[in-house]
Amino acid sequence: MLAAILSLGCIGLIAAVALGFAAKKFAVEVDPRELAALEVLPGANCGACGFPGCGGYAKALVAGSIDLNQCPPGGADTVAKLANILGVEASAAAREIAVVLCQGDNRKAQVKYHYLGLEDCTAAQRIADGPKVCPGGCVGLGSCLRACPFDAIEMTADGLAVISREKCTGCRKCVAVCPRKVIRMTPYESVVHVLCNSHDKGALVRKYCQVGCIGCNICKKTIPDAYKIENFLAEVVYEQDAEAAEAISKCPTKCILDFSVAYPDGSAQLPAVTDKPHAA
Amino acid sequence: MSLKTFAGGIHPPDNKEWSAHKAIEDCPLPAEFIVPLAQHIGAPSVACVEVGQQVAKGEEIGSAKGFVSVPVHAPTSGEVVAVENRPHPWGTLLPAVVIKPDGEDRWSTELQPADPSELSADEMIEKVRLAGVVGMGGAAFPAHVKMSPPPEKKINTLIFNGVECEPYLTADHRMMLEEPERILQGAALLQYVLGAEQVVIGIEANKPDAIALFEKHCAGTPVEVMPLQVKYPQGAEKQLIAAVTGKEVPSGGLPMDIGVAVQNVSTAAAITDAVLYGRPLIERICTVTGPAIREPKNLRIRIGTPLSHLVEVCGGLVEEPGKIILGGPMMGFTQLGFDVPTTRGTSGLLLLRAEDVVSQPESPCIRCARCVQACPINLLPTTVAAYARRDLLAEATEYCAMDCIECGSCSYVCPSTIPLVQAIRYGKAAILAKKRSSQVS
Amino acid sequence: MSQQLYLSSSPHIHSGETTTKVMRAVIYSLLPACGVAVYFFGPSALSVLLIATLGCLATEVVCQRLMGQPVTIADGSAAITGILLALNLPPTSPWWLTLFGAVVAIAIGKQVYGGLGSNPFNPALVARVVLLISFPVQMTTWSAPALVGSGLDLVTTATPLGEWKNAVMLTGEMPTGLEGGLPSYFLGTMPGSIGEVSALALLLGAAYLFYRRILTWHIPTAFVGTVILLSGLFWLINPAKYPSPVFHMVTGGLILGAFFMATDMVTTPVSTRGMLLFGVGCWLCFISAGHAPMCFVAVPTL
Repeated sequence: MLAAILSLGCIGLIAAVALGFAAKKFAVEVDPRELAALEVLPGANCGACGFPGCGGYAKALVAGSIDLNQCPPGGADTVAKLANILGVEASAAAREIAVVLCQGDNRKAQVKYHYLGLEDCTAAQRIADGPKVCPGGCVGLGSCLRACPFDAIEMTADGLAVISREKCTGCRKCVAVCPRKVIRMTPYESVVHVLCNSHDKGALVRKYCQVGCIGCNICKKTIPDAYKIENFLAEVVYEQDAEAAEAISKCPTKCILDFSVAYPDGSAQLPAVTDKPHAA
Repeated sequence: MSLKTFAGGIHPPDNKEWSAHKAIEDCPLPAEFIVPLAQHIGAPSVACVEVGQQVAKGEEIGSAKGFVSVPVHAPTSGEVVAVENRPHPWGTLLPAVVIKPDGEDRWSTELQPADPSELSADEMIEKVRLAGVVGMGGAAFPAHVKMSPPPEKKINTLIFNGVECEPYLTADHRMMLEEPERILQGAALLQYVLGAEQVVIGIEANKPDAIALFEKHCAGTPVEVMPLQVKYPQGAEKQLIAAVTGKEVPSGGLPMDIGVAVQNVSTAAAITDAVLYGRPLIERICTVTGPAIREPKNLRIRIGTPLSHLVEVCGGLVEEPGKIILGGPMMGFTQLGFDVPTTRGTSGLLLLRAEDVVSQPESPCIRCARCVQACPINLLPTTVAAYARRDLLAEATEYCAMDCIECGSCSYVCPSTIPLVQAIRYGKAAILAKKRSSQVS
Repeated sequence: MSQQLYLSSSPHIHSGETTTKVMRAVIYSLLPACGVAVYFFGPSALSVLLIATLGCLATEVVCQRLMGQPVTIADGSAAITGILLALNLPPTSPWWLTLFGAVVAIAIGKQVYGGLGSNPFNPALVARVVLLISFPVQMTTWSAPALVGSGLDLVTTATPLGEWKNAVMLTGEMPTGLEGGLPSYFLGTMPGSIGEVSALALLLGAAYLFYRRILTWHIPTAFVGTVILLSGLFWLINPAKYPSPVFHMVTGGLILGAFFMATDMVTTPVSTRGMLLFGVGCWLCFISAGHAPMCFVAVPTL
């Protein structure tokens, strides 16, 4: 018994001395500011800054080779802390969040075919341009959901991606992964969006989607400053959208949505689906 | 039996009895031809006719652009009614020339027969190029490119592919039974052009009638008939080379690197037409088959015939199909409808019922290694696919994702029904896109 | 019309083999061994088998419910783990030991890693190792098989391998008559764990798996081949001290290990060369663990 305690104790002692020596001898000099910066970064390693992870960004910050407002997930809070650590003046970039500009789930938008295979939007897009007739709408296989490092995206039961306003940090991972480019970065303050991404003519859009923009111009006529129409698709002009909400009731296909009304708590949960399935 | 074959591979039920005994029928002309301008690997051709123009059968309607490209020809005489985007077998809208037949089916007078003994090898290659001949096994790679290897790559062995390993398809089989002379004439022309010493026709043992017929025809000629063990994907170029010669084409290399050239038997017949008669590739044999079609047939079709016409000629549908597949069940492409046309690579139209469609949900990989044993090129499909779907492209490349021939053997055997080939295909596309963007920047 | 159409990437046909069918075949292949064990060890073996299997199934259900995942006990993989665990236990194992093993196998050996396909070690062997370390006495109390209804209680005895080891340690020579029992051991009177009782029944099951192409020759051949080669070498050097390769084949759970434990699909290599190397590596552990059934302690850590 005593022998066992002694021998194990000796082994432990030798190992401790060796480790302590190695830690001193082979220590790598790190700028304390870099460690401090790394401490205040979110640590999600999302890559929005252009570096593979937060460590790379922290290093570049200390080297002074990059602006300190390049971390959207951190927001204004992180920018202030970083400015403090680095001893510079800085203001945060305006907060942006991602929005899925589509409401055409499997009930409201016509399905072109039954897709079988890899659960991935890009893979499905390669087969006859995706399983929905609409060329711009959400494919609905959840590639963005799997790409999101912040758990901010949900898929509705009928196959539509919805992004939580509060959880989204603006890292743009979903924007990069979406094959349809239906996810767009918008200012956080803007809550009214035209939820359609189809540039087809109105008559065609009506055929395949109950909630698609038909380019009828009514929103623009109602509030000329807040909307613009390009290629049969209306879009909110986010710089001057103060009165945009007034056009919502006028939209004949109900494709303009006020997120502060639809999702008052900022969650992604869609209201229960009550519409009838799309007639073929 | 000690017949030759390659390593790996699978034995799917071949289902060839649906149509193997049916003699080739000439398909009547449809009301409208839709001739796509992109029908081959390489640059698509460019329309050289205008709406309203009268064209003769065999007249050029799309001209080639670049070396790896071939012209496209009118399948019959008639009027060009449109040059516009039409549904294409690749699943999107692509430019096509639409021709309304005038019923006369009149050949262009410019197409003249030639005496092969007066032609040089280069003249023959030019004739093949002008005739728009492409590999007719499915890949549709321009034939003239394969016929003109760089001078330092000497071709010793010329292999003709009579394997037809895709289940259901019998087009090559019927052609071998009914037109052996056309195939062998083309074989002789190709041997002359390439200067190959050894000529082999590889035929799988499930076609004993074709093997016997060719052995009779080839007696006393330099052409050797080689029966091969039945296994999929023996008709894939590199697998056929491995089966016949025992040699392996190096990773990323071409058959010409080891002195081998492979052509499909149907391509050989098309080369005969092009060189001897000056006739372009405007028709081919196509197997229309599957449980959803009333009367499976082997049809001689003109390129550009809409699928709806083929269905009509074969007695219509037994029931609404669940899947419309152009090509065979292992490598064919599913279609959105019957409004797409046939192309030079259309070896078959397979109609499956909804109940035949495999729709097992995917379950986790249990690492049973069936895919590894089935892979004809010795990859670890489960590993490559796992990397590909996680966008770990460097790792996927390291595990030879780019060498995958997409034969589908791994997906076929996977007990977890993981879409392995689709994942690898997805990874290959991503790797290529990355390579291209890094070249640009 | 196009709404009813299915579109997908090729291939469009499938072999029809499913994970569930594979798992079921493995269960069938283990039934002969289970049957023989119950025949010789009686109700105690049956209760160990039932407790282990039901315990594994229940643990899987509880784990998956807790994690909010779909319950997948119908795929049969948990049942296999249960049966394999039982086959690795002595027939005299108390019920709490078996149940504890089942919970450890599924919860710690499998579900914490993410369930089927993600576990790095064979779950049944993880449980075996835990049990062996925690309850060494219960785990190494062997009894000689007795026919059901013979009126005899199970008698505690040493395994042939243990007997040999003890003898060599004491006298430096192999006890006489040890190899005389081999033919009957082969048929099914081997003292040892439930699964070891009959090499014949195990081989029967393995033959079925070979026929169904679920087992490939690589790992068993490399494993058994190496054992035969090396034990044969020692036996030729000193047959008085070392038993023959046949002895190793029939006793000590080599068959169970080589054909059913080492070939666990999830935790073995997929490439041909990898499988062969793995088989040879299994021998290393077999030897280093004193070629007792202890070899399974090492196998899962490979």
